[in-house]
Amino acid sequence: MALLDRGARSIFLWEVVKGLGLTFAYMFKPRATLNYPYEKGPLSPRFRGEHALRRYANGEERCIACKLCEAICPAQAITIEAEPRDDGSRRTTRYDIDMTKCIYCGFCQEACPVDAIVEGPNFEFATETREELFYDKDKLLANGERWEYEISRNIAADAPYR
Amino acid sequence: MTESLWQNLWTGYVFPGGLILVHILMLLVPLLVAVAYLTLMERKVLAAMSLRMGPNVVGPFGLLQPLADAGKLIFKETIIPSGANKFLFLAAPCITFILAMIAWAVIPVADGWVISNLNVGVLYLFAISSLGVYGIIIAGWSSNSRYAFLGALRSSAQMVSYEVSMGLVIITVLLCVGSLNLSAIVNAQKTVWFAIPLFPMFIVFFISALAETNRHPFDLPEAEAELVAGYQVEYSSMAFALFFLGEYANMILMSGMTTILFLGGWLPPMDIAPFNWIPGVVWFCLKIFVLLFVFIWVRATVPRYRYDQLMRLGWKVFLPFSLLWVVLTAGVLLAFDLLPKGV
Amino acid sequence: MIIQALAFYLFAAITVASGFMVIASRNPVHSVLFLILAFFNAAGLFVLMGAEFLGMLLVIVYVGAVAVLFLFVVMMLDINFVELRQGFLQYLPVGGMIGIVLLIELAMVLGGWVVAPEARSVAADPIPALDKVTNTHALGAVLYTKYIYLFQGAGLILLVAMIGAIVLTLRSRPGVKRQSISEQVNRPREDAVAIRKVEPRKGI
Repeated sequence: MALLDRGARSIFLWEVVKGLGLTFAYMFKPRATLNYPYEKGPLSPRFRGEHALRRYANGEERCIACKLCEAICPAQAITIEAEPRDDGSRRTTRYDIDMTKCIYCGFCQEACPVDAIVEGPNFEFATETREELFYDKDKLLANGERWEYEISRNIAADAPYR
Repeated sequence: MTESLWQNLWTGYVFPGGLILVHILMLLVPLLVAVAYLTLMERKVLAAMSLRMGPNVVGPFGLLQPLADAGKLIFKETIIPSGANKFLFLAAPCITFILAMIAWAVIPVADGWVISNLNVGVLYLFAISSLGVYGIIIAGWSSNSRYAFLGALRSSAQMVSYEVSMGLVIITVLLCVGSLNLSAIVNAQKTVWFAIPLFPMFIVFFISALAETNRHPFDLPEAEAELVAGYQVEYSSMAFALFFLGEYANMILMSGMTTILFLGGWLPPMDIAPFNWIPGVVWFCLKIFVLLFVFIWVRATVPRYRYDQLMRLGWKVFLPFSLLWVVLTAGVLLAFDLLPKGV
Repeated sequence: MIIQALAFYLFAAITVASGFMVIASRNPVHSVLFLILAFFNAAGLFVLMGAEFLGMLLVIVYVGAVAVLFLFVVMMLDINFVELRQGFLQYLPVGGMIGIVLLIELAMVLGGWVVAPEARSVAADPIPALDKVTNTHALGAVLYTKYIYLFQGAGLILLVAMIGAIVLTLRSRPGVKRQSISEQVNRPREDAVAIRKVEPRKGI
């Protein structure tokens, strides 16, 4: 009987028919995916996206050119040159991040003593040329201004756990 | 004298030639549009079956996606590998594409709507589909690449193997019809579609058609997971697009062939009022559409065969099985005196 | 008629030219491809004569199956041309003999037509005119009545050749693991899986 059962199953391609039925039923189920450019998933406050250099509320830039981020960067993507400013404070003259090298490990923001370099929530910064991914200080500061609201909120949200 | 010669030329050659050209365009333009939208349908159905969205950005519901894809492929650079045999490398996609197109010459899309009502239509179709292997094998060899060559070897062995059982399936149908003419085959199904009395043969034919068009689960010549797309590895731009078009046109052709041989071509399912109001060409397209859906459905369902399993299925299962059915059909037809009366 | 004549000369010229290229081209793959072209144009000539059944069979059998296997083998072979051409003169007498025999046979066939013009009609006698029946019917009517024994004999010879080839290549080697799909598929769950409760620090 078992033999007959198995034989009938294999002759009538029962397993294949069952599989086809399953895929057909799945066709009418609701979609599991997000309609990405129009719908986006939630991001953690710790999400490490595009870099930004922040300023204090009074407009002074936070970075004090300690070069800790440059030192810790495992991909050696950061290049910093520093000089004393006219008022005697130490500031960077050059702050470059090669985004093609960056591995988004977040060590730079961990190393930063003044929360100047941070990785913001933006991950949609694809470009058409490589050159556009060599970020300089102006670009990073502009990013900081653009994303300051989200970045400060994320830092505040993450603060209790640090 | 010259007057009548020109007259003769016009009525004898130019006018009929032009008429045939118009017929060909009337067939090929909808066919190419169908091919373009078949790619969209495949992506949409596959996406739906794996709970994804599918293309939905270009145009409403992604309806302009095929045009966008075509535009992208046209404007890309045609790369010819330095070790490749240039002439054959470029000839291979053209062969695939042209073969997929010229087979349509004998397909009757409705009663009398056929470019060439050939006496040996079935054999012509069979011959053209058996030639399809050359496009692939030449592409694989002339690319001078290991992946492409492996894909070509696989595909040639696969297509030759499955053609044998396909030929036997066609013979069973021919036994019931008594003619090699495709229109005659459809007209012989007025009482009952051959898919019903010859149901196992219908299944064998459909599965062989999957193998013949290198579709899942028999897509070993491409096998993107092992052979990084097989014989198409080195192709880009329009050469790749021609392969793509040829492959999908072949899918439609095989569906059309299955429709004509087993599903009654342009005939409605029943010859009663609401069904026979609809013109035959609509029925034909509808049946092809359903079969194409099954092509995609199978792709979404079953995993790829291993090569030795594929050969086993072709030679050790399908061939004896279809041979048995040829003998059985012939025996039944002879015993009950149902053989079609010859001309 | 002009079109037919043009088509005939086109097909014939390509057939002859590609036939020449089969032996003249240096690359064996090109040779096979030219052979395919020759087959194809010969099929075209058949169709032009009204023998569309034969033409299609030529395409299906020779182009679609036999030549594919040729191509298959030739592509995988790594042929050394220098070595191949060294023995060329050595085989010339034998090749020449075969060529002469073929030439004499052809001359006899063609000469027969000249000497006895009625012989042709005898040969074509069992086949009815083209406009009465399709050539598929005509061919079947001759093949399955008058030449049935020869036809079956040819089939038997092919069968013997096929079985012989299989017997020669089939070896059963001991100690080779083979897959038995039905055995695999029919294996019940109880044979394959056993669920055991593993005590900590004890093992099974």
